[in-house]
Amino acid sequence: MAQKLVVIGAGMASGRMLEHLFEEAPGAYEVTLFNAEPRGNYNRIMLSPVLSGEKTFPEIVTHDTAWYDAHHVTCRFGERVTGIDRAAKLVLGENGPVAYDKLVIATGSTPFIIPLPGHDLAGVVAYRDLEDTNAMIAAADKGGRAVVIGGGLLGLEAAAGLQMRGMEVTVVHIMGHLMERQLDPSAGYLLQKALEARGITVLCKADSQEILGEDGRVKALKLKDGTELPCDILVMAVGIRPSTALGKEAGLAVGRGIHVDDAMLTSDPDILSVGECVEHNGQIFGLVAPLYDQARIAAKTLIGEAAVYVPREVSTKLKVTGCDLFSAGDFAEGPGREDIVFRDPGRGVYKRLVLEGDRLVGAVIYGDTTDGNWFFGLIKDATDISAMRDTLIFGPSFQGGAQADPLAAVAALPPEAEICGCNGVCKGKIVAAIQSGATTLDAVKAETKASASCGSCTNLVEQVMALTLGDVFARPTVQPMCKCTDHSHEDVRLLIKSRGLKSMPAVMQELGWKTPDGCASCRPALNYYLLADWPLEYKDERQARFVNERNHANIQKDGTYSVVPRMWGGVTTPAELRAIADAAEKYAVPLVKVTGGQRLDLLGVRKEDLPGIWADLNAAGMVSGHAYTKGLRTVKTCVGSEFCRFGTQDSTGLGIRLEKHLWGSWTPHKLKLAVTGCPRNCAEATCKDIGVVCVDSGYQIHVGGAAGMDVRETQLLTTVATEDEVIEIVSAFTQLYRETARYLHRIYKWLDKVGLDWAREQVVDDLENRRALAARFEVSQSVYRTDPWAEHARPSERAKWGPMADLTLKEAAE
Amino acid sequence: MSWIDIGALDDIPAQGARVVKTAQGCVAVFRTLDDQVFALDDRCPHKGGPLSEGIVHGSSVTCPLHNWVFDMSTGAAQGADEGVVRTYPARVEGGRVLLDAAKLTAPRAA
Repeated sequence: MAQKLVVIGAGMASGRMLEHLFEEAPGAYEVTLFNAEPRGNYNRIMLSPVLSGEKTFPEIVTHDTAWYDAHHVTCRFGERVTGIDRAAKLVLGENGPVAYDKLVIATGSTPFIIPLPGHDLAGVVAYRDLEDTNAMIAAADKGGRAVVIGGGLLGLEAAAGLQMRGMEVTVVHIMGHLMERQLDPSAGYLLQKALEARGITVLCKADSQEILGEDGRVKALKLKDGTELPCDILVMAVGIRPSTALGKEAGLAVGRGIHVDDAMLTSDPDILSVGECVEHNGQIFGLVAPLYDQARIAAKTLIGEAAVYVPREVSTKLKVTGCDLFSAGDFAEGPGREDIVFRDPGRGVYKRLVLEGDRLVGAVIYGDTTDGNWFFGLIKDATDISAMRDTLIFGPSFQGGAQADPLAAVAALPPEAEICGCNGVCKGKIVAAIQSGATTLDAVKAETKASASCGSCTNLVEQVMALTLGDVFARPTVQPMCKCTDHSHEDVRLLIKSRGLKSMPAVMQELGWKTPDGCASCRPALNYYLLADWPLEYKDERQARFVNERNHANIQKDGTYSVVPRMWGGVTTPAELRAIADAAEKYAVPLVKVTGGQRLDLLGVRKEDLPGIWADLNAAGMVSGHAYTKGLRTVKTCVGSEFCRFGTQDSTGLGIRLEKHLWGSWTPHKLKLAVTGCPRNCAEATCKDIGVVCVDSGYQIHVGGAAGMDVRETQLLTTVATEDEVIEIVSAFTQLYRETARYLHRIYKWLDKVGLDWAREQVVDDLENRRALAARFEVSQSVYRTDPWAEHARPSERAKWGPMADLTLKEAAE
Repeated sequence: MSWIDIGALDDIPAQGARVVKTAQGCVAVFRTLDDQVFALDDRCPHKGGPLSEGIVHGSSVTCPLHNWVFDMSTGAAQGADEGVVRTYPARVEGGRVLLDAAKLTAPRAA
């Protein structure tokens, strides 16, 4: 006689389990199937194509009425189960109890709703079942705007579906890149680029604060930074939680999920559990492949055959048409692990394989996933790959030879891409000149003026020549930026501009970086180039900075720091001096010293005391002196016409004006200025990066001095009549330096390359260009003219400056 | 091994580090871009630089004082430099960072 089997939940796991059961032991069980949703089993992972309109619901139904009838399944759809009476072996449905011999709990998972204020407004939906999908389709029919919280698999599929139905979609993701559990930053960048290309706005590192409503309906999402994103529907797709309530109330062992053993049995031998509601050896599940394995094991257990569930590697593919990505295995770096990275910027391809010894353990692929399943097979089978290691990344069809092409980034440039910024020469014009007979660099220069001015694009022009002429053209070798790339600093700068690369992963992908995340040499340089070129779009990356700039203080040999508050133009007040003295005593500063830049240095401050001492100095009206930056340091002054009997102009006043204009700006290397009141030069202006010497008739602006490892005397840039002109020309000159110099080159080194005459043409002779440069400097300053100390001294930030844990206390207590 | 919970993974910036104080000195706990954690003595064998303030790239860290590079999984200096930093077993579980307490509190050899 058939035993009675009750199944709670008609999801993908239980549907597959019933198939196995009816196939292997037809008639062994009389089945009752409960489902809270008013329908039977359907392919839940195909809801995304339903949302996008590429499929209809009937197409994704896996078991229809005829199937249930044929297998004599009693369907109780749309009926909730209110409890399980294990002693009486009864399942309590809303419409009455059912007796069981065996019970399978397959309640799946529920979407996690962030308890933001406003999460219960109408128009806030999760993305889990057909009801959610239909709610989104209904909203999309009215058009308008959608916000999706969550940049994981489900969130992106929801975003793509809503966008395909004509909504304006913004994805808000709290992590640094999309799908961070499946993708590394490089692949995440390519994915973001593809989504943005189809019109979806993506905000990463975006923290939601509140859902705003009107008349009980969602109106906008407010982020912690104050941004408001208006929306007509808000989809939360931030993750799922196993639905364990029934199991827990029935007294089964429950952790994060319902505990099951290798046979899928719960702590009650007559109750099994499968799917997203279970926890097996500490692991919970969200992808379909392991669920199908569990279904097979549960069916075997039900018919009395021994079977063992073994979790297996899973792979992920995103079901968004046109976004080709694949991720499998474990791609974290770790001891003994090695990476093989392949990038083809021209085709937008990124592949990363992670090896451990002779085995492939993980793979992330974007753009060309044809080999994904082959790699996945190697991971699952733990194949020894040592024999094919050198060519592994090219996939199974590799037939020898092909090498990553260092010219690919230049080859990928469209004809209209600008190569020479000085003279506005695009790639197409250079190619045309070469094809009509200009086969040497000088000829191209003469024909097009490309690289004829500052010369920093010379290497790019040569690369265009190499591409156009082929092997005939012998290209001189260049010094690469570091071991992570074949490109020089100059190439990288120009390509960042001409390709519109606005993030670190974008640069590394598009320019074919050979390491996953650069090194201590290229990361600070790229960070500078990006923030100088895209001040409004790029966000300064603190972890790409050297210690001094990261901690806004200079590290000393013993690991303590020095603190230098700004003294505008070297001028201070009794109140400021008193505050500095108080701070020095309060924090037991071992040494107070006068610096060469006319201010005071508090040396020997412990890292954890930095926010405190900064707060005290802030309270007295002082800000960071940036004594630690590749940026504006000081403007040294003499007393000038206010007090000095020789002074010709107010050099102190002008110095303060300049410092207030320039402070906070980042430059390729440190930037020191001086303003001196007469040619006696007490402020030593002629060995500064920029020095102003006041004369009777006005102001001489000198540039390119240094008094460090190299000692250089400045050269005269120009003489002007008014302070306003000084400010404008110094701004423009600084901006020209910021835009065209190589990272870690002082102004004199940069001038040695580009020439003083060229710089003078740009900022003195060409008035329009001067104004444009000064305006761009001001745009950047609108972001960076701010005190970093105040930001880090905030109470919420302070704990980050101390140790993460103090085990000396714990040991003492034990 | 006896694991000790020293804090949340999110307390450490990605590509960065935080310090744990022990009776025997500071231990730097690093977090890589892909959320691996490594624990090393916070002291460069060259001139004692705080490695926790170095730039983290891949599974390596560059000392902030004189740019020695260490493989964080072994503690060995890379390239031409010679020296080894003591490492400690570290792992992440449920978003928490765990260090091996036994090794942390064992006296260091000089």
